[in-house]
Amino acid sequence: MTATVGGVGKTGPSGAVPAGRSVASRIAERLSGGLVRVVLILVGLFWLVPTIGLLVSSLRTPQDMSASGWWSVFTEPSQLTVDSYRKLLENSDITDSLVNTVLITVPATLLVVVIGALAGYAFAWMEFPGRDWWFLGVVSLLVVPVQVALIPIAELFGNIGLFGSILGVILFHTGFGLPFAVFLLRNFFAEIPRELLEAARLDGAGELRLFARVVMPLGGPAIASLGIFQFLWVWNDMLVALVFTKSGTQPVTVALQTQVRQFGNNIDVLAPGAFISMVIPLAVFFAFQKQFVSGVMAGAVK
Amino acid sequence: MAALFLLPALVLLGALVVYPIGYSLVRSFGNASGDGFAGFDNYRALFTDDGIRTALKNNVLWVVFAPTVSTALGLVFAVLTERVRWGTAFKLVVFMPMAISMLAAGIIFRLVYDQDPDKGVANAVWVGVHDTFAQASAFPKAHPGRDSPLRPDRGGFITRTTVRAGQPVALPLVGVAPDQLPDDAKKAVAAAPEPGKVTGTTWQDFTRGKGVGRLGAPDPSEVGYAGMRIEAVKDGTVVATAEAAGDGTFVLPAAADGARLRLPASNFREPYNGVDWLGPALVTPSIIGAYVWMWAGFAMVLIAAGLAGVPRELLEAARVDGASEWQVFRKVTVPLLAPVLAVVVVTLMINVLKVFDLVFIIAPGSSQDDANVLALELYRKGFAEGQPGIASAISVFLLLLVIPVMLFNIRRLRREVRR
Repeated sequence: MTATVGGVGKTGPSGAVPAGRSVASRIAERLSGGLVRVVLILVGLFWLVPTIGLLVSSLRTPQDMSASGWWSVFTEPSQLTVDSYRKLLENSDITDSLVNTVLITVPATLLVVVIGALAGYAFAWMEFPGRDWWFLGVVSLLVVPVQVALIPIAELFGNIGLFGSILGVILFHTGFGLPFAVFLLRNFFAEIPRELLEAARLDGAGELRLFARVVMPLGGPAIASLGIFQFLWVWNDMLVALVFTKSGTQPVTVALQTQVRQFGNNIDVLAPGAFISMVIPLAVFFAFQKQFVSGVMAGAVK
Repeated sequence: MAALFLLPALVLLGALVVYPIGYSLVRSFGNASGDGFAGFDNYRALFTDDGIRTALKNNVLWVVFAPTVSTALGLVFAVLTERVRWGTAFKLVVFMPMAISMLAAGIIFRLVYDQDPDKGVANAVWVGVHDTFAQASAFPKAHPGRDSPLRPDRGGFITRTTVRAGQPVALPLVGVAPDQLPDDAKKAVAAAPEPGKVTGTTWQDFTRGKGVGRLGAPDPSEVGYAGMRIEAVKDGTVVATAEAAGDGTFVLPAAADGARLRLPASNFREPYNGVDWLGPALVTPSIIGAYVWMWAGFAMVLIAAGLAGVPRELLEAARVDGASEWQVFRKVTVPLLAPVLAVVVVTLMINVLKVFDLVFIIAPGSSQDDANVLALELYRKGFAEGQPGIASAISVFLLLLVIPVMLFNIRRLRREVRR
């Protein structure tokens, strides 16, 4: 993106300003450049303020919260305290639910990557009848809303004893993560040069070996994108967990959700709780922006 | 061999995605308990049930406004960030909400939209702007006490009898908290008679302690209503006005002779409390605002990627030909980006159809019915109200809405796969 900045900046010393342009128009351009900066700074602040409000709120006592707005900390910084966080971490409902979030998210992510990669490889490089039709069938499931499955799967899980279990939630997320996983990985694997695979086959490598030693390592970038995407999706999910978990297996989103009905009274739990639940996704986001963006772009129905 | 690679994926997809579609279809024709056939009753409920109709109406609002506003903002941001050196930092800030859960975003915006201007930043700003332009009233809770010469009139108070020049009038009220009185209020003083003019006092006729002080006359401990506005009314028209001084006294010209004195409603307006963002009228637009906050970054990033592929020479050529920046944007950039814009809008539309968490979290219990959307109604019908038949009909309806996109995906991929 930085490469394009120079191309558009007309105020640079390149002397590319056409002779026809008057001094006045160049001044007007500089002014509008200033305006653009001001607008973007304001928009950026506008985008940050809500999150800052949550962060600051999580660092104040409920008493201060009911007495004045969070922005009053800028005049009275002494209000800041980590009390709410300390209390929250002693609240076993919340800490247990954080553990559940991890117990759901990690397996659901790994399963989608592994199962999706196996299928993606089969669709990209193995020969079998009706291959392309099967693939299209899987891709057509990309846009199926999770809502369609809530009631049927709730009954199914109820019948086989999975309802309320962490395993049930993991399976559900895996199922609904697969269409995107297969779509993304099949397309990426298909770009691997045929010669690489042929060479390995000539060396006597079986399909499984080929998959593990050649395709998976080469598929790194796509697998990273998929993994991050699925991780954030599952970590941030509330609806699926709301339907399929019970107390004891709830992830943090559901545990916090139960406190929302008395929003005003529970702000000392909700604000720090929401912030803790955001820390991991934000860390992942900042660490792997590139992969996240390419995952998002692949996910858009192009 | 291929079957081994495919089996896990196909089994999971079959059991968790394909089977539910079929089951929902069948279930949507069944009755509430699932043991009988209900025909099209569940589908009829889609258009007759009040809750679902509100949900449908709101979903239309969502589908029309959320994707277009997000995309428009994303387009503007993408174009503008190209012109500053710190564009990447800006993009990071706007894109960041994509990484957090709708639950967290919901809590964030519940806080932003808090009605109390001392808690919610939206109302704090709004009230601040409002009070800069409109004067706040000083005596919201004032009202006549015992044996008062005043009676209520048009939201204010008016004297029961007419007034005469040269005879001082008493306009006592009670009920203003001592710390709410205007800063310039002084000890109340009985007005001196002035020939040819109507004089009087308006003050807080209340002294702490039972039986202390006289009723209807200023005592030394009582305070004047500084700044109270007074109108003299004859036959329904205002003939003169005055404003009370710090000690509560006021003077009206001779025209007020024979009129009744009114303390108009503007003295008693409740202090402006801002907008009821999460009330029945505004709750859906407010939640759409939260959604735009989350998803404008998505639109921006996709559009920026598209923009990077637009040949610079085309833009430069247009500029050299004398096109203004606006014309370049309107006539060159936007048409070249049209395919990307379409992708973004369609993706967001599908996404918006499924919106659940934001509404569930941001809309308070009192206005959740007004903020209802299909995905929320499905959850309620299916898991709170014991109506799985109707819930299944809603899910089939949602599925029907995304089928055009499904077909589009298949057609596009069929070309690609056969390449």
